[in-house]
Amino acid sequence: MQALKQHQGVVAPLDRANVDTDLIIPKQFLKSIKRTGFGPNLFDELRYLDEGYPGQDASNRPENPDFVLNQPRYRDASILLTRRNFGCGSSREHAPWALEDFGFRVVIAPSFADIFYNNAFKNGILLVPLDEASVEQLFQEVEASDDYRLEVDLEAQAVTTPGGDVFNFEVDEFRKHCLLNGLDDIDLTLEHEGAIRDFEKRHRAAQPWLFRG
Amino acid sequence: MAGQTLYDKLWSQHLVEQRDDGSALIYIDRHLLHEVTSPQAFEGLRLARRKPWRLDANLATPDHNVPTTLVERAAGNAGILDPVSLIQVQTLDDNCEAFGIEEFRINDERQGIVHVVGPEQGATLPGMTVVCGDSHTATHGAFAALAHGIGTSEVEHVLATQCLLAQKMKNMRVRVEGQLGAGVTAKDIVLAVIGRIGTAGGTGCAIEFAGSAIRDLSMEGRMTICNMAIEAGARVGLVGVDDTTIDYLRERPYAPNAEQWDAAVAAWRDLVSDEDAVFDKEVVLDAAEIAPQVSWGTSPEMVAPIEGEVPDPDAIADDTVKRGVVRALEYMGLAPRQKITDIRLDKVFIGSCTNSRIEDLREAAKVAKGKKVADSIALAMVVPGSGLVKRQAEAEGLDKIFLEAGFEWREPGCSMCLAMNADKLGAGEHCASTSNRNFEGRQGYGGRTHLVSPAMAAAAAIAGHFVDVRNVDVRDHTQQSQEA
Repeated sequence: MQALKQHQGVVAPLDRANVDTDLIIPKQFLKSIKRTGFGPNLFDELRYLDEGYPGQDASNRPENPDFVLNQPRYRDASILLTRRNFGCGSSREHAPWALEDFGFRVVIAPSFADIFYNNAFKNGILLVPLDEASVEQLFQEVEASDDYRLEVDLEAQAVTTPGGDVFNFEVDEFRKHCLLNGLDDIDLTLEHEGAIRDFEKRHRAAQPWLFRG
Repeated sequence: MAGQTLYDKLWSQHLVEQRDDGSALIYIDRHLLHEVTSPQAFEGLRLARRKPWRLDANLATPDHNVPTTLVERAAGNAGILDPVSLIQVQTLDDNCEAFGIEEFRINDERQGIVHVVGPEQGATLPGMTVVCGDSHTATHGAFAALAHGIGTSEVEHVLATQCLLAQKMKNMRVRVEGQLGAGVTAKDIVLAVIGRIGTAGGTGCAIEFAGSAIRDLSMEGRMTICNMAIEAGARVGLVGVDDTTIDYLRERPYAPNAEQWDAAVAAWRDLVSDEDAVFDKEVVLDAAEIAPQVSWGTSPEMVAPIEGEVPDPDAIADDTVKRGVVRALEYMGLAPRQKITDIRLDKVFIGSCTNSRIEDLREAAKVAKGKKVADSIALAMVVPGSGLVKRQAEAEGLDKIFLEAGFEWREPGCSMCLAMNADKLGAGEHCASTSNRNFEGRQGYGGRTHLVSPAMAAAAAIAGHFVDVRNVDVRDHTQQSQEA
């Protein structure tokens, strides 16, 4: 996993609540057996005027000019600003894979769905929860100026606006540690192999019917 | 000290390590796999030269991509016409074979939707932790199992370590008290709950469903409710153990054998919340007030009772909510204040991990028996949740009832719930669907989904538009065999 300590980038505003993972990456693209290449199909149904299918060359597709990521000033965005309950619905990790493949490293919203929250951090995407009023202020600032950039500092748990406003945010200690250092969860867990084996032994003795082997 | 909730008990029984930073390592008893969210996890294992920690904890079956017509299924994997889908199903077969994981393949009679198969086999047991790379894993909580969906990185983590990194959730209880009206089902309860608390109402929580109306439900009904906990934002839905739970599991293939049965049952009896347990949040609904529900919008919280109407955005104060409703009505092609019974339908889908079990098919068959699907309905399909559900339904003659009424009777799979196979809606088509999500494009590009119970879907197929199933003449399908 790619580490993230500080990030500075262009902000794209997606003014919509309850953005579900079907909207982030429609199901036809879940047929891939790879982790990469989902970026061109991020928000596929909002981004293009035709129906997308896997394996297509996205460069020839008709774009929806009204969709925010198709506007020239947001094409290189790496910070997504959106509304409450982002990432609800299915557990598909293809959603953070698509966001990451497009170039997003940070998503700012009032709240996130639980499974998406886990999946995003495991793919090096920092989710920044800010209260509704702060998010509203950021929406107004983004829409008022070209090349609007934010500075995000994970160590300090702070987002700084071009005008110097600082918003602090919460993040779980463990996830912060992993993201700051780009750590692989499986390696970390296997450091506790002995504890897992001990637990498993006690568990099997207490409830042998949970084991078939 | 206050007593423990069911969730607290399940959590502490699986806690391998609690860390100071709030994270914990929990042990996983059952890991279900399907073809969509597992290939990258197996690839990760290979790249790191790791092996599955414990093979017998895993059980796999292909469900999302499989075709549902008999002609296609007769050819096995070769009948999957979409080459990309075929690769995904074949990859699951190859991975299960290479790593030694038990799999019910496409034409095994035990194949089906993973959340139907697990309980049906007794592979889901009270007191287990159950995970799967699929958000509807919440279904298994109906058995007092701590069950939730995980992402593909977590699938790999569980395969490699038999554990999951987790954080304890909050406890929420939804109590549904009293008696449901005739024609009102588990699906209506859960849609009404989501309508009440919203799609983020349970975020960060494990929801325990309790109260006399829940106790009165069959296991099928409880699974329908827990299945959609995720649509209320909660990864986990739970129902405490009682006789209904234990009776369902008796003599299932993966259930404890005769020697272990009594000890298992004794342990399971404790899997209920203590009388004095404290919940962080509680919501109470009166079962008698719940009418059959129909979703009108593009989020499961956008529901109305059958006698109701589509909302008027101008009457909504919250600006974000209002814009969501305006966008939903535009996508759905509905007018403000339109009556729910005036919504005309093009297709009807009875199936999915929410409503494809035997009881669901019986409910729909009761309504369909002796009637005909309306001419205006282009397709009405019934997709059983597993090969064993299909066999049971055929033994009861349900397939004939559906076929005579003009429904198609298909082979098991996820089908039009998410349209990863060939079963999908065309742009602009309205569908009465017993599935769980009405998101934009979910059932097909531009498709318009209305979530309902199996009985309501069958009634809508006959009428061509939504009708109140409580006013429909319903015949018990078992009477036919007696008459004949």
